[in-house]
Amino acid sequence: MLNIIDLTKKYKNVTAVDKLNLTIQDGEFFGLLGPNGAGKTTTVRMISTITPKTSGDIVINGKSIDRNLTEIKAKIGVVPQQNNLENEMSAWENLEVHGMLYRIGKDKRRKKIDELLEFTELTDRKDDLAKNYSGGMKRKLMIARALLHEPEILLLDEPTVGLDAAARRKMWDLLKRLKSKGLTVLLTTHYIEEAEVLCDRVGLINKGKLIQLDTPANLIEEVGKVTVEYFDDGSTHEEFFRTRDEANTYAGSLEGEVRIRPSNLEDVFLKFTNRRVE
Amino acid sequence: MMMAGLYGILWQEAVVFKRKFWATTLGNMVSPILYLVAFGWGLGGSVQMNGMSYMAYIIPGIIGMNTMMISFSNTGSSINISRLFYKTFESYMISPINMTVYALGKIIAGALYGVYSAVLIVILVSVFTTDLVITPYFVLIALLNCLVFSAMGFFVGLLVNSHSDMSKFTSFVITPMSFLCGTFFPVDKMPEVLGWIIYVLPLTHTNIALRSSGESAGQMALHAGVLVVYFIVLFILGARHCKNVE
Repeated sequence: MLNIIDLTKKYKNVTAVDKLNLTIQDGEFFGLLGPNGAGKTTTVRMISTITPKTSGDIVINGKSIDRNLTEIKAKIGVVPQQNNLENEMSAWENLEVHGMLYRIGKDKRRKKIDELLEFTELTDRKDDLAKNYSGGMKRKLMIARALLHEPEILLLDEPTVGLDAAARRKMWDLLKRLKSKGLTVLLTTHYIEEAEVLCDRVGLINKGKLIQLDTPANLIEEVGKVTVEYFDDGSTHEEFFRTRDEANTYAGSLEGEVRIRPSNLEDVFLKFTNRRVE
Repeated sequence: MMMAGLYGILWQEAVVFKRKFWATTLGNMVSPILYLVAFGWGLGGSVQMNGMSYMAYIIPGIIGMNTMMISFSNTGSSINISRLFYKTFESYMISPINMTVYALGKIIAGALYGVYSAVLIVILVSVFTTDLVITPYFVLIALLNCLVFSAMGFFVGLLVNSHSDMSKFTSFVITPMSFLCGTFFPVDKMPEVLGWIIYVLPLTHTNIALRSSGESAGQMALHAGVLVVYFIVLFILGARHCKNVE
């Protein structure tokens, strides 16, 4: 279980993360959803020990990061937003070095590398240099690397950013397979569909603050499952309704182009922040 | 446990070295060849220095200078680029490896590049002259020089926040050292005050020690001691900064 307690990060006059409180249960696939600059990556970087926190605490399975740094590092797998593979090394070599750094014995390491290359469908290209991989393959390799030391918690920072639609779908398939294995995952994303497809629960984050936290279905239910979208005064407006009938009645009272559609997490975010995620 | 992490870092460096073997080898040979041709054959034909041929005088200096540059630039550039551009530095920060072990691994790897360049120069100069005498003391000093400048590269690579600042450090510190610290002429030819400043710099001790002509055991120990102190100070600075860098 991951507990984030009053986690804060300040850069001079800017508060990137502001007293964030969050609990992620074992086996949960949790999404932190917010626009660019909301504080998602800073949160992940603090949990992964790259960025020092200003205050608050991060506790993993009862152990604080302040007092058990090395132990906690071994329990976390991190897939950062930016590719940080060794480009002059093959996929296999990248995994081999990672295994050595995490002190995994040779036999276990080699066996696990084969398994993960298979899991990420990279076995046929395992001897290719990382620099010759496509964006999607690099992401898969980074996920394989993050899983090699069998972490208790996997941090995925915008795992599909920069990928085309087809590569993103493939990545989602991979992440769904990961989810079915019961691993605890914290995913940050600004893609609505990604959060809806993958996450058991979602935290909406804006300007460093957590503004809503629930399952995607409950968040949408709270706002209203049906959205009426209309164009007025030179911009698009949305109104949210609990039932299709209520939405139809309201849409009938409007003039001009009107669209009725199911609500999504973007609408939830818009409702609470007046700001769009994507 | 510590050795597993250290071995991992060195194994990775060995893989990359193997992959870039020819580029590294040829790259390391260019400037020593130029210096040997220009100063050894060209200028050296008509110059005597300290009672020996200029070619015999300059070879230890070129070894000192080149091992300094190769060790510094390999470690410095590698750390700086991995921090600021490739972000591979972060993969070590999040791993359970002790960052002091990481510092040690990177510094040893950079120093080994310097040692390799020294071996290449020794092979090259065997074409030009038979004057070079390699003693255990010579090997010790060359090795210490590689470690000192690799540790300096590690610290500077962590400290500066742009690649252009790395170039500036090279222009303002490394390049002047290569010309002023006894590579091409004895330090005692310099004005007295400048001579004292130069005598404090590590490359000066390397160059004097590599020539080691007629020095007492105490003087020889002093040169090695100065290099050891430089290495320890730079290693501590680098390892400490390594833990605080974001």
